[in-house]
Amino acid sequence: MSHGPSAPPRAPGGAPGHHEPYVAVFTDGSARQTELRDIISRYPDKRAALLPALWMVQQDRGWISEDAMREVGDQLGCTAAYVKGVVTFYTMYHQHPVGKHFIQVCTTSPCLCAGADDVVKAFLEHTGCKELGLTSPDGKYSVIEVECLGACGFATPVQINEDCVENVTPAKVPEILAGLRD
Amino acid sequence: MGYPHKSHPRETPVLSKHFGDPEARTLAGWKARGGYTALQQALQMEPTAIVDIVKASGLRGRGGAGFPTGLKWSFMKIGDGKEHYLCCNADESEPGTFKDREIMRWTPHALIEGCAIGAYAIGAETAYIYIRGEFTEPINVMERALAEARAAGIIGKNAMGTGKTIDVWVHKGAGAYICGEETALMNSLEGKRGNPRIKPPFPAVSGLFGKPTTINNVETLAAIPHILNNGAEWYKAMSLSSPKSSGSKLFSVCGNVSKPGNYEVVMGFSFKEFLYDLCGGPLPGRKFKALIPGGSSVPTITIEEAEAIAMDYEGFVEQGTMLGSGGVIIFDDAQSMPRQLARIARFYAHESCAQCTQCREGTAWMTKILERIVAGQGTYEDLDTIFDLSDAMTGKTICVLSDSCGAPVVSGITKFRGEFEALIKGRRSSTVTMPGVPTGSR
Repeated sequence: MSHGPSAPPRAPGGAPGHHEPYVAVFTDGSARQTELRDIISRYPDKRAALLPALWMVQQDRGWISEDAMREVGDQLGCTAAYVKGVVTFYTMYHQHPVGKHFIQVCTTSPCLCAGADDVVKAFLEHTGCKELGLTSPDGKYSVIEVECLGACGFATPVQINEDCVENVTPAKVPEILAGLRD
Repeated sequence: MGYPHKSHPRETPVLSKHFGDPEARTLAGWKARGGYTALQQALQMEPTAIVDIVKASGLRGRGGAGFPTGLKWSFMKIGDGKEHYLCCNADESEPGTFKDREIMRWTPHALIEGCAIGAYAIGAETAYIYIRGEFTEPINVMERALAEARAAGIIGKNAMGTGKTIDVWVHKGAGAYICGEETALMNSLEGKRGNPRIKPPFPAVSGLFGKPTTINNVETLAAIPHILNNGAEWYKAMSLSSPKSSGSKLFSVCGNVSKPGNYEVVMGFSFKEFLYDLCGGPLPGRKFKALIPGGSSVPTITIEEAEAIAMDYEGFVEQGTMLGSGGVIIFDDAQSMPRQLARIARFYAHESCAQCTQCREGTAWMTKILERIVAGQGTYEDLDTIFDLSDAMTGKTICVLSDSCGAPVVSGITKFRGEFEALIKGRRSSTVTMPGVPTGSR
């Protein structure tokens, strides 16, 4: 199967709902294609490379669109619907664009008794995100609650993109935000 | 990031000996600390001889179930003409548990060595370490260590020059507690939704890619090199409760406590001394009230029950709970138990894979009822409904996520009923609120 851009052709112009044409991640000869082939070789069934492939898409694009699901499906021999079924199962895959700094505050029990709900409030207040799950008007931040980050002894842990910040208190929030690169 | 405490003199650091030592993360540093000698020795042995040593050591699975590791390995029939696989369960997501994270962050080569020995012992040429997606730093540390080990020929097509193939790969999860359930983990690794599978067939018969598979926890595998280096008798003798439970165990301590963190003690250690001496007791001016000692899936106990426990698999069961993953969550007298248990129920409702009706509906109902009680809108019948629900959720589903929601809640209501009844009596005047649940909502 060819692996070119797989979005259906769309009429040019700015019609309502018009999207930019999808640009493939795993183009022929690209580093991502080589990387994906290397990962496929680790498994007896290439479908096992699905989660890794989706991670690559999210790293490059920030989220996983339906066009990207189709492309990944083409690469691994499964349908776009199958890929969507998998994407929707896992909470870390974004099905829509999110803020540049994706902030996940753990509020599960051990963190709750350490005051995690106040940390959530502080992040909402200082980022300008109006509510959990919304992106700030400047597009810089999204704040969500997350279930157990597995760092309960360092409550409250906060995951910001790839980094886990430990022992966060409301007072530390402004400094943490100031330290994020634009 | 740093490791928050130095080893306490009463700890027995075996797995945690090098926590906080950045040199132990490197191949050279690990070799200088005696690393990979066990693998070297193991590759000269018959696989069955390794299984026998692990059996004799009495090592039991450290992920939660406590199944004897050597026995599990012996289910793999070497020479059956099939591919075999080893999976390392590093999907540590059980609330209260953060020990595997530290093993991977500080001693990645211990885990690689354990995986390689385990794979060889069960006749597998490939091992996959499935790490939860949120563990970005542990994943990076493991990837770097694997690259080093591969470049040095320790693992790969000619592991340690023996001509044997042992490949070890990291597989990154993507956010799903249920993937810590062994069959869900295998589905996830195969590129599927992480739904648990019906057992039987058990993984040793038909596991990953339909092939015989063994799945072990990070802490279990990290203990293997120590057992081979020092012998089964050494491992058994370390325990105060040998022969039932042997060796040392990492306990993660969190919640309302002076010194949260990971502590490694021998099996059979006094839980009372553990809590008040090693962990520094309660916060100033507070008292311990309740504990969930084995990750949030096990029954809630009172501090009085906890103080009577000898820390081994049997000791926790004697007080009506379980050792589980060793994730000790402590609540003090400033905490509202209804609020904490409602939050735990919400965790399970969020993480249910929704395959089984009892779990999908039960965890959501239980959360709704508990949040209603917390919001001051509960009735006495609500408590009975929770008990009925828990009955319908226990032992009736494909996996035990549903049971895990009921266990801490029902035991918590039984032991702290007064707190629930106080909220019910004071309907609509409650001052305790759940985040996101406006008081008065129903």
